[in-house]
Amino acid sequence: MTASRSGAQAPAQPLIEARDVVKSFGQTPALRGASVAVAGGEILAVMGPSGSGKSTLLHCLAGIFTPDGGEIWFDGRRSDRLGEAERTRLRRTAFGFVFQFGQLVPELTAADNVALPLLLNRVRRKDAYETAAGWLDRLELSGLGGRRTGELSGGQAQRVALARALVGRPRVLFADEPTGSLDSLTGEMVMELMVSLAREEGTTVVVVTHEARVAACADREIMVRDGKVFDPQAAEVGR
Amino acid sequence: MSVPLTMLGLLEREPSHGYELKRDYDTYFGRGRPLPFGQVYATLGRLARDGLVVAGESEPGAGPERKRYVITEAGATEVETWLAEPAEPEPHLQTVLFTKVVLALMLGRPAGRYLDVQRAAHLGRMRELTEVKRGEDLLDVLRADYGLFHLEADLRWIEMTAARLDALALEVRR
Repeated sequence: MTASRSGAQAPAQPLIEARDVVKSFGQTPALRGASVAVAGGEILAVMGPSGSGKSTLLHCLAGIFTPDGGEIWFDGRRSDRLGEAERTRLRRTAFGFVFQFGQLVPELTAADNVALPLLLNRVRRKDAYETAAGWLDRLELSGLGGRRTGELSGGQAQRVALARALVGRPRVLFADEPTGSLDSLTGEMVMELMVSLAREEGTTVVVVTHEARVAACADREIMVRDGKVFDPQAAEVGR
Repeated sequence: MSVPLTMLGLLEREPSHGYELKRDYDTYFGRGRPLPFGQVYATLGRLARDGLVVAGESEPGAGPERKRYVITEAGATEVETWLAEPAEPEPHLQTVLFTKVVLALMLGRPAGRYLDVQRAAHLGRMRELTEVKRGEDLLDVLRADYGLFHLEADLRWIEMTAARLDALALEVRR
């Protein structure tokens, strides 16, 4: 199922879903019954003030955190009930990740970084580097594969990170403030590349952002506030 | 900004004379540009003609006309409809949004929910402008950027205001 570009409604048959998720860190509650459903191919922006729980929600959906309560569903089955090894495999094979900072291995070149997920999944070295080079081209980084990450600009490094996140053709791409460290124009370029490549690949995207212009690139947005999800399209006014 | 609807909102708070309305309007919404008395009474006359307010009997005393105006059920419905409806997302909405938030808080209405709906309307418009930017024409991109940055500024104001609603409510409720 693919979400419509104007799709404002939560999907009937989600690919990934959080149901009434609760998560605390020590005595501090981060999520207090958060629910969200994302359709296959949909690009969802998760917005909210600092400390609202939006990154925690993303980490729960991605199987990085285990919820204290509630359920996480991926592709028709409970992913929060999987053992650690199975969840690691799920993250490596079905999910891709882009964060704000420090995700590339500094000792490696751009091409090494992009090929790395394939090599970890036992793809032959020659094939992995050929595929990585293709993705660097798609991210408009042709000719930069031999550079180490310290020799790249912030925007270039973030595009390498995006190539690395997409090289394994994940079903879901999780992005946490992917443009947070970039200037407006560079951030826009990274975001547009992410959106266009996700659409070409049919990849579902969950992007956490506090920037409205980033959220405007998505099909739909939700607000996380005090650990709960507010869906603006579902709001009823005046009652 | 709609002066008649703002005056109606002030009348929903409490029945008032024309000069009280002018005083409150100037205090909260005038921004250094006082409402002329003539406009106040002309507006009240139109609101009364349309059945949105009713004027009491003239009260004795010197000075300007001394009638107390009371909002009708139809007038209150008009205020509610206006507050609940998101404003058309376009640049330079500050005055309208400010007025709606302050009035909603004065009237004990759900200002936070109105802001949520306005935020969604703004983001919807930003999505449309973002789509325009995906076209080839750089001039369209420039025009869309202008709108996007202004809407983004509105949204930041909405976020800050939403975070301050409790304190604002204390400030505007008498």
